[in-house]
Amino acid sequence: MESMTLIAIASIITAGLTIAIGGIGPALGEGKAVATALSSLAQQPDAAVTITRTLFVGLAMIESIAIYCFVVSMILIFANPFWNHVIAQVAGK
Amino acid sequence: MHLSSDELVLWQHGFFKLNATILTTWVLMFILVAGAKLITRNLGDEIHISRWQSLLEIIVSTIRKQIEEVGLPHADKYQPFLGTLFLFIALSNLCTIFPVYEPPTGSLSTTAALSLCVFIAVPLFGIAESGWRAFLQSYLKPTVIMLPFNIVGELSRTLALAIRLFGNMMSGAMIIAILLVVTPFIFPVVMTLLGLLTGMVQAYIFTILATVYIAAATRARQELED
Repeated sequence: MESMTLIAIASIITAGLTIAIGGIGPALGEGKAVATALSSLAQQPDAAVTITRTLFVGLAMIESIAIYCFVVSMILIFANPFWNHVIAQVAGK
Repeated sequence: MHLSSDELVLWQHGFFKLNATILTTWVLMFILVAGAKLITRNLGDEIHISRWQSLLEIIVSTIRKQIEEVGLPHADKYQPFLGTLFLFIALSNLCTIFPVYEPPTGSLSTTAALSLCVFIAVPLFGIAESGWRAFLQSYLKPTVIMLPFNIVGELSRTLALAIRLFGNMMSGAMIIAILLVVTPFIFPVVMTLLGLLTGMVQAYIFTILATVYIAAATRARQELED
């Protein structure tokens, strides 16, 4: 029971930290990307199609960093391999 | 709450399992194939065409234009593969407006299969376009030292392609499920709308990235000719 509690504490805290810290970088990056795209759109409205397409692709690639963090934290909460291992051991006894 | 629709097993007989992901995938594939067959049964080239035909023409010509803009001049060769990827992902993300529907793209097995298709198709198209030698030589550019990085990059971008689509679709469903518990009236609807937008953007991104990878692999011969 002791190790289960420890695993639960560590998993929950790590899941929160993962998404909290992992959100900072992509947020800054997306803000910078959108700001730059807007200023270049203001300078060259003719190139709107190309700029928008590149912006969307770039945003999705930046956002995927945050998505990786989200997937890791979701795995830690809902499909934790260590937790399942301990439960299997307890059930086996 | 469950992480993906893989865990909803509808029918099981020994080794064979029929989960919700497989069922939805087959239903979507049936809709796509049957819809295309029905519409293309009587195509016309006069001034008044049926509205379904003009819908299909818009979709097909838009996909072709996008492929050509990204850098593949002979779009005919690549459009069947890339267009299928886009249509399948777009339809499966669009159907999230139906209440009990769970998108098959919200399961890691579907997205892994899709990105494995891209992983296999990229070298096939590259070899078909530029031949074995030029394609393999493209791994040695700019220097021989970059060989392991190029190979690792090939693998990691396949993983990134799968995780990106899975994470986006799964997070959309998860956020709506959590919001239904916290603020169950209007806010989930707004998030569903946002989820529709994300779904279309992700389908677009997946296809554009596959196009960019194929364009990079087929560029080897053009560089030799230059």
